[in-house]
Amino acid sequence: MHWWLPPQGSTFAPDIDYMFTAILVITGITFVGVELGLLWFIFAYRERPGRKAFYTHGSTKAEIIWTAIPAVTMVIMGIASNGLWVKIKGRNSVPANAYPIGVHAKQFEWWFTYPGPDGKLGRTSPALVAKTTNPTGLDPDDPAGHDDLVVRNQMHVPVGRPVVAYLTAEDVIHSFYVPEFRVRQDVVPGMEIKSWFEATVPGTYELGCSQLCGLGHYKMRAVVTVHTQEDYDAWMQRTAKEKGEPTS
Amino acid sequence: MTTVAATAQAAHAHHDDRSFIQKYIFSTDHKIIGIQFLFLSLFFLMVGGLLAMQIRWQLAYPGKPMPLGNLLPETMAPGGVLLPEYYLQLVTMHGTFMVFFAIMLLLVGVYANFLIPLKIGAHDMAFPRINMASFWSAFASGIVMLMSLFVPEGSSRAGWTMYVPLSARHDYSGAEFGQEMWSISIILFGLSSILGSLNYITTVINNRAAGMTWFRMPLSVWALFITAILGLLAVPVLAGAAIMLLFEQILGTHFFDPAYGGQPILWQHLFWFFGHPEVYILILPAMGMVSELIANGSRKPIFGYHSMVFAIAGIAFLGWIVWGHHMFVSGMNPTLGSTFMVSTLLIAVPSAIKVFNWMGTMWRGNLRFHVPMLHGVAFVAMFTIGGLSGIFMAATPVDMFIHDTYFIVAHLHYVLFGGSLFAIFGGIVFWYPKMFGRMMNETWGKIHFWLTFIFYNGTFFPMHIIGMAGHMRRLYDPTIYDFLKPMQPMNEFISICAFLLYGSQIIFFVNFWWSMFKGKKASQNPWNDNGLEWTTPSPAPHGNWDTLPTVYRGPYEFSAPGASEDYLPQNRKLPTDRDPVLSPAAGH
Amino acid sequence: MRRLSSVAAVAAGLLVLALRPAPAPRSTFAGSTVTGKVKFVGKAPANPAIDMSEEPKCKAKYTTTPHEEIVSVNKNGTLGNVFVYVKTGLPADAKYPAPATPVVIDQNGCTYHPRTFGIMVGQNLEIKNSDPLLHNIKAMGKKNRPFNISQPNAGMTTIRTFTTAEVILPVECNVHGWMHAFVGVLPHPFFATSGADGSFSITGLPAGTYTLEAWHEKYGVQSATVTVTGSDSKTADFTYTAK
Repeated sequence: MHWWLPPQGSTFAPDIDYMFTAILVITGITFVGVELGLLWFIFAYRERPGRKAFYTHGSTKAEIIWTAIPAVTMVIMGIASNGLWVKIKGRNSVPANAYPIGVHAKQFEWWFTYPGPDGKLGRTSPALVAKTTNPTGLDPDDPAGHDDLVVRNQMHVPVGRPVVAYLTAEDVIHSFYVPEFRVRQDVVPGMEIKSWFEATVPGTYELGCSQLCGLGHYKMRAVVTVHTQEDYDAWMQRTAKEKGEPTS
Repeated sequence: MTTVAATAQAAHAHHDDRSFIQKYIFSTDHKIIGIQFLFLSLFFLMVGGLLAMQIRWQLAYPGKPMPLGNLLPETMAPGGVLLPEYYLQLVTMHGTFMVFFAIMLLLVGVYANFLIPLKIGAHDMAFPRINMASFWSAFASGIVMLMSLFVPEGSSRAGWTMYVPLSARHDYSGAEFGQEMWSISIILFGLSSILGSLNYITTVINNRAAGMTWFRMPLSVWALFITAILGLLAVPVLAGAAIMLLFEQILGTHFFDPAYGGQPILWQHLFWFFGHPEVYILILPAMGMVSELIANGSRKPIFGYHSMVFAIAGIAFLGWIVWGHHMFVSGMNPTLGSTFMVSTLLIAVPSAIKVFNWMGTMWRGNLRFHVPMLHGVAFVAMFTIGGLSGIFMAATPVDMFIHDTYFIVAHLHYVLFGGSLFAIFGGIVFWYPKMFGRMMNETWGKIHFWLTFIFYNGTFFPMHIIGMAGHMRRLYDPTIYDFLKPMQPMNEFISICAFLLYGSQIIFFVNFWWSMFKGKKASQNPWNDNGLEWTTPSPAPHGNWDTLPTVYRGPYEFSAPGASEDYLPQNRKLPTDRDPVLSPAAGH
Repeated sequence: MRRLSSVAAVAAGLLVLALRPAPAPRSTFAGSTVTGKVKFVGKAPANPAIDMSEEPKCKAKYTTTPHEEIVSVNKNGTLGNVFVYVKTGLPADAKYPAPATPVVIDQNGCTYHPRTFGIMVGQNLEIKNSDPLLHNIKAMGKKNRPFNISQPNAGMTTIRTFTTAEVILPVECNVHGWMHAFVGVLPHPFFATSGADGSFSITGLPAGTYTLEAWHEKYGVQSATVTVTGSDSKTADFTYTAK
């Protein structure tokens, strides 16, 4: 039983976790204050014979104080959070050298496209999707796609370098979610959405679909493997050979 | 109010030669309509809870046959084992029944109807027949929604949020006509809600008794009034979206279909533009009621009455500009993520003001812990947790991680159950004498409160923890994921608490029905409260008063110096009071 | 005179009745048989390999890499999984009751068994799951009402029927995109699927001239005409060429 946030597996995780903890401290202090205050009032001001309540309609000074402090706290929190949001999701946030992986979501499988030796993903089109022979709709007329590797339900990424997932959906809205990376992005039919991250710890993780997509939603799981660069290259060579794709 | 209207309503109070059907079935009396809404919504509360019990069974014991599951048809649970498509119907219908048919009807349908004329000193609503239409369209809507579970292939199953394309296409969802029935039901419900809002707004503006100025109105009326405005403006958006969805489902339109230039995200904008004001509709009346319960229980005026009114208005206003916080990771323009974050963080402020003012009301009071007060204080304690957990979601980078996890489920249940439902239970007990002329049993009321409080926290607090650990929503079988397997004991614990929580409600229901026939007969003002509703007999008669009361003060003059008791009703004239100056438009 | 003409009329009526041709027998035990082979010419194309690595419980059921059996060329140069049926030629008013025994389709090792088969209108299709994991069965009828149901556990059985003739109604699993089945729904029992030796057999045909159609998921349709007497045996072969 895990009692805290998942282990940190990407460069985003420490920043997000720090923000989570900071909010927990602020809300925690408020929570303890309010609940203890209520408990104290319940005991100290309970009805007893001969007691009378203190007749007052309020205090403007109190109103000002307990309006200003939350308002200022919220504004500071907003300013502090925005930088991280822009860094992760901003329009220009994807690092220039990010390694591209195509992520195509459909009821109820994830199809990953690796760019092969040329480092470029081939063009895809929904009209070209064919059930077993071309699950991602790769366009045969685009030479960049000739060395692309298409793999079912397995995401392999190299550690320590930015990766950008090009997210497409075939049918309904799905959502790309790896808890340890702290990354989540809805995948919307008709859109190609870029979601980037940098994995920091080699190992095996799970990717779960995080937007209700139908009766197989709970089974839409992929395995994510973070490799050292050497292991990643070896995996790529091995898999390309198995699938009859060019290895260089 | 014009002379004509005043005379007509007064005449209504004198002669009551209505038939049984006119009195109790097709009644235009706001009190009977309120009670009809009460029976309808309590029924749906129990149905919604029953669906939740099945959800919790499946989550605790995935794939195991459910007790009494063999009563369900093969298409839902063959051999008693819930199917994934049935599980998703449960999840969808639980949300739908609870949001629309339980909480919304309990807060607005019941209490806007029952309380507004009584608390502002009117004989009835401005439009009694429209009021009746509002109930019967809600009734029809509820029947359609309930029946959708029983049509071939079952009900809609895309979550109560109905995201497209899943909700629009049979081939994606597996549902058939049940999907369309959701849309039709919601359109009917929208009609009911809009008709109600028109009535509540008009009545509050026009039908206040002499001396009932705006700032002498009880906070429950302020909250219901502002809620009605929210409803009038937001519900048509839902109805419009539901019509578009229905067209998509049966006419083959392409509003949301990207293959033809439509946009799936459009649904989300429309739904949440309604959906966010909706959640304030689901909490503001509860907040208003809690003010009545806490002031009464503390024997003290509400601390900061004017701030409380402005806070209600502030929440309502800000509620229009935060809807995008449901869509941070939806694929909408990330810049909107920044703007919606700021507005969402700000909406915490008026809610905080209210919590502090309730505490201020209790401070140095003479606290009487009758059953309604227990519920009012529990509201403050639980709503605080729900509101604070909302702050995590407002911070967009954190929301990226907790969106669509059980952290959200925890938050929404803390505000809707810990908040709204506790206020509703307190309100039902508090106004029961005025509705039925008897008191609910106090001892069983306290037992019900404590059992509910304990099991409710046992059910929903751990959801924060599994949510933080990454547990996603709407999963038929979490054990598919290795990282979720260790959380199964917690899922089981939550489910057991949930079963005990639901079981505890039997106490409330027995108390409710038994007291109606055998409860202690109630006096006119059993809670020693100041509101105008307590100046007419229990139960309140048709027409409420023969002569409408005149108001001399605000509603919270508890423990006023110089008063012989620790309460001072709004209509009691003291030697120092002057009669209100009546406006010329009133025709006096 | 009158009495005689009525007797004559009755006698004439009885004579007409007696001489009326007897209706054709409807028994399935009688009738002609049409057999044949579906030949395949050329080199069999490679079937795509199925990557079951993320479904270990299914992968464990195989000793070699499973393939999607799109083109099933047998050792004797014949083509299996070709659906052969009588397309035209049956009397317009002919009615054939659906058998009480169901047609079973089993999900085992994350593949449908059988892949291609026929079923009668109104006959029960018994869908079985022999895998301890989720399959959904999406029947994409155009004339029949489509359905999309799930079986999350091993041992589950669901019964469905089809109400209208439809050749071919595709069935697929969305959790495992390589899983496909093809169902020929017919209002009569005169159909067969070519087996491991490429042969098929259709029995019980009444006398008449029929158009037989062969359907293959990759190589399309072919026709043949055959005339039977109602008690004989005829042959009809089909030949598909590799592309």
